[in-house]
Amino acid sequence: MNGTSVGHPEIAARFPDLHPPLDARAAVVEANRCLNCFDAPCMGACPTHIDVPGFIKKIASGNVTGSARTILEANVLGASCSRVCPVEVLCEGTCVMHGREERAIEIGRLQRFAMETYYAAGGKIPLRGRDERKERVACIGAGPASLACAAELRQQGFQVTVMDRRPLTGGLNTYGVAEYKLRAEDSLREAEQIRELGVRFETREIDGGVLSQLEREYDAVFLGVGLGAMQRLEVEGAAFAASAVLDALEFIAGYKTGERVSVASRVVVIGAGNTAIDAAVAAKRLGADEVTILYRRQREHISAFDFEYEHALKEGVRFEWETLPTRLETRETGIALACAEVAMSVDGRLRPVEGSEFTIECDVIIPAIGQSPLVELLQQARGVKLEKGRVVVDRRTGQTTNPKFFAGGDCVNGGREVVDAVADGKRAALGIAAWLEAKHG
Amino acid sequence: MADLTTNFAGIRCPNPFWLASAPPTNCGEQIMRAFDAGWGGAVWKTIGEPITNVSSRYSSVDWAGQRMMGLNNIELISDRPIEVNLREIAEVKKRYPKQAVIASLMVESKRETWHDIVKRAEDAGADGLELNFGCPHGMSERGMGSAVGQVPEYAQMITEWVKEAARTPVLVKLTPNITDIRTVARAAKRAGADGLSAINTINSITGIDLDTFAPRPIVDGKSSHGGYCGPAVKPIALNMIQQVNADHVDGAPIPMSGIGGVGNWRDAVEFFLLGCGTVQVCTAAMHYGYRIVEDMIDGLSNWMDAKGFATIEDFRGLSLPRVTEWKHLNLNYRIVASINEALCIGCQLCHIACWDGAHQCIHLDRVSGPVDGHVEVHAKPQLTGRESIAVTPIAKLDGAKAHVGPYATSLERIPRVDETECVGCNLCSLVCPVDGCITMVERPTGKAAETWAERAGEEYKAPDVAG
Repeated sequence: MNGTSVGHPEIAARFPDLHPPLDARAAVVEANRCLNCFDAPCMGACPTHIDVPGFIKKIASGNVTGSARTILEANVLGASCSRVCPVEVLCEGTCVMHGREERAIEIGRLQRFAMETYYAAGGKIPLRGRDERKERVACIGAGPASLACAAELRQQGFQVTVMDRRPLTGGLNTYGVAEYKLRAEDSLREAEQIRELGVRFETREIDGGVLSQLEREYDAVFLGVGLGAMQRLEVEGAAFAASAVLDALEFIAGYKTGERVSVASRVVVIGAGNTAIDAAVAAKRLGADEVTILYRRQREHISAFDFEYEHALKEGVRFEWETLPTRLETRETGIALACAEVAMSVDGRLRPVEGSEFTIECDVIIPAIGQSPLVELLQQARGVKLEKGRVVVDRRTGQTTNPKFFAGGDCVNGGREVVDAVADGKRAALGIAAWLEAKHG
Repeated sequence: MADLTTNFAGIRCPNPFWLASAPPTNCGEQIMRAFDAGWGGAVWKTIGEPITNVSSRYSSVDWAGQRMMGLNNIELISDRPIEVNLREIAEVKKRYPKQAVIASLMVESKRETWHDIVKRAEDAGADGLELNFGCPHGMSERGMGSAVGQVPEYAQMITEWVKEAARTPVLVKLTPNITDIRTVARAAKRAGADGLSAINTINSITGIDLDTFAPRPIVDGKSSHGGYCGPAVKPIALNMIQQVNADHVDGAPIPMSGIGGVGNWRDAVEFFLLGCGTVQVCTAAMHYGYRIVEDMIDGLSNWMDAKGFATIEDFRGLSLPRVTEWKHLNLNYRIVASINEALCIGCQLCHIACWDGAHQCIHLDRVSGPVDGHVEVHAKPQLTGRESIAVTPIAKLDGAKAHVGPYATSLERIPRVDETECVGCNLCSLVCPVDGCITMVERPTGKAAETWAERAGEEYKAPDVAG
């Protein structure tokens, strides 16, 4: 996959901003609505603990530079987080305005306003006054966790190298977030800011050998490798129709990098998490006529956020509840996906209801039933303990059971939000700095 | 149905809402449209020898996203020829005989000149005269406006000249740009004025452009002291009007037309409660147009019906006896803050306001356990949000967030008032963003009412400042 087509005009046209940005006047009006709570719940709810009332009141006073720097001080990926955070369940969800039966302050859009205004005017991630430190830290993976870890360490003077197997920086921010929320270009631009701090970036495959080498050569290693490929669809016939079965993340990465600008007419997405919704909506935007999400349980059980579900409905995505795919047949006109309705049996397991079988005619099937952890790779990190495929860490420092290895992001939390990865990465950076400080003085 | 018809110092009008002498009353065409909208009277933009104005002329103070909390102007009196203004007065009076037209006048300080303008205004049909002794900018540099209004002897002299010639009621408009506004009010009374109007605009510089360093309004890179008005000045106006309306030196108070930040009927009622017979409006009309008078009339009328007042006279001045000197306030009256937990939204503004701005008696210890008593034993305000590790909640994995207590807001966020330390200052109830959440409740002290004057008794004497 090459990165030269990021910002493909066809994709830009099909995936315009979901939420329009605030203009300067609207931002001030909205900022003035903020009550400026003390020990504000929004700040507590934000995994990176951005001083929300602080940056909002700086917008109100016309100090947008100070506002952006307040955001960056807590969250170096403040720009992308303002676009991708599920604010309804984070900062805005805790806004005290709800208690007054008023709509929450639009924290996400205000943050976006501050960050975009700052960057558009040539603003940079501020350098802290610092002495260069000789210790070298390797951050594996170029996603949000590693970027946050690298930026914090670099700001403290450490020599930091970020390594990723893929050519573009940003991880899922670049390859995986729905384009109408965050454009790949903007993710790259944000990573570029971190490069300008003096962080080095390398493209290299990471395997057990590399991990051992890094452990020897570097003073600390941060594992921000995320999760692996989507779990495979275990359905009879899937192997024979491999070309019509697309990995959801590869599908999303494909259009974000301009490799794919269209999709066949009839698409079935299996699963109802946030990635499934992203894939289904993307299929619609890429021109699919019919997009159906199959989910084995009921509406209230989906792991996608409510607002994502509502969004999918608005885009015209159809949902088939309590439905399991059972068999897949290739036909001349496409694929016949045999399905069955399922019901909870007495033993608590979902079983097909007899006689409920039906067939969905489609052209493409996109399973989105969760990513597998990178167990094979992580097991090769010496002395790093895993539990259910996740790296075990001290939550406050990100340190693993091998003191030289730290970890954060999806490989630790099993797959949460960008802002959770940023928080993990920053905590790990502080943990690494404190550990190296104690070790080397 | 309340009767709003008004007889103010002999000037009759269908309601007590007048437009003040200002841009909204610049010409006959405007005033006729204002009367169509419902205004009871209009004080014509000050008539005198035409002047030349500058551009720009206005600047304002916005506050927290609200436009024009205060308005400032450096516009002078009418720039139209005297005869044009007088001709239009005649025309307006012919078409609108019931509404009051008051001619605001300002001419150079010569007896004959004043006699002449008074006669001409009255011949044109003005129902009354208002002497502009208040304009704080421009005209004062030429010995008129507030240059007269700041010197009681001048104000008295000119008012006497006017009274020699006038056949209609004469109102003296007072400037607030003076140490004690009562001195000029007394001068007007001594000169036989029929009424007063107050306050004129307050000297101001509203703000400075942070790029050019020029104060606003900017006239070719410079500015000048302007006159400030609008909602921001209402408290100052009410204070000065109370002082004048409670002053019995040189005779009983005379009718007062209240001016200063009146934007709706509620504001007007406050001016009436402090003794005003009419109110004059400018900024609100400049902001929203003449149509605002509709709710002024309607709202006042409905309020009077609800209160059982048939006419404005029924409640005019009722608040005057409620204003007293500090030394006559009851020292043994005690109130404390009371937080309604069911209404609290957990913003903690009362907590930080009390700690940083008042008396350190509102605490966040409902969960950690309240300890009444001195502030030293309480935790100082702190930001706890940053100490926690927070993650994006996934309902399936994380369950519902811990919520303590029976109220909509979790108990650890609801502040508690330590009544042993609360001084009843009101600050928390003022900052609280939820109506009715923090109320001040009386805690009887069991002591008889006692004022400072009574406590100090014989020993208490006001310091002799004159000596």
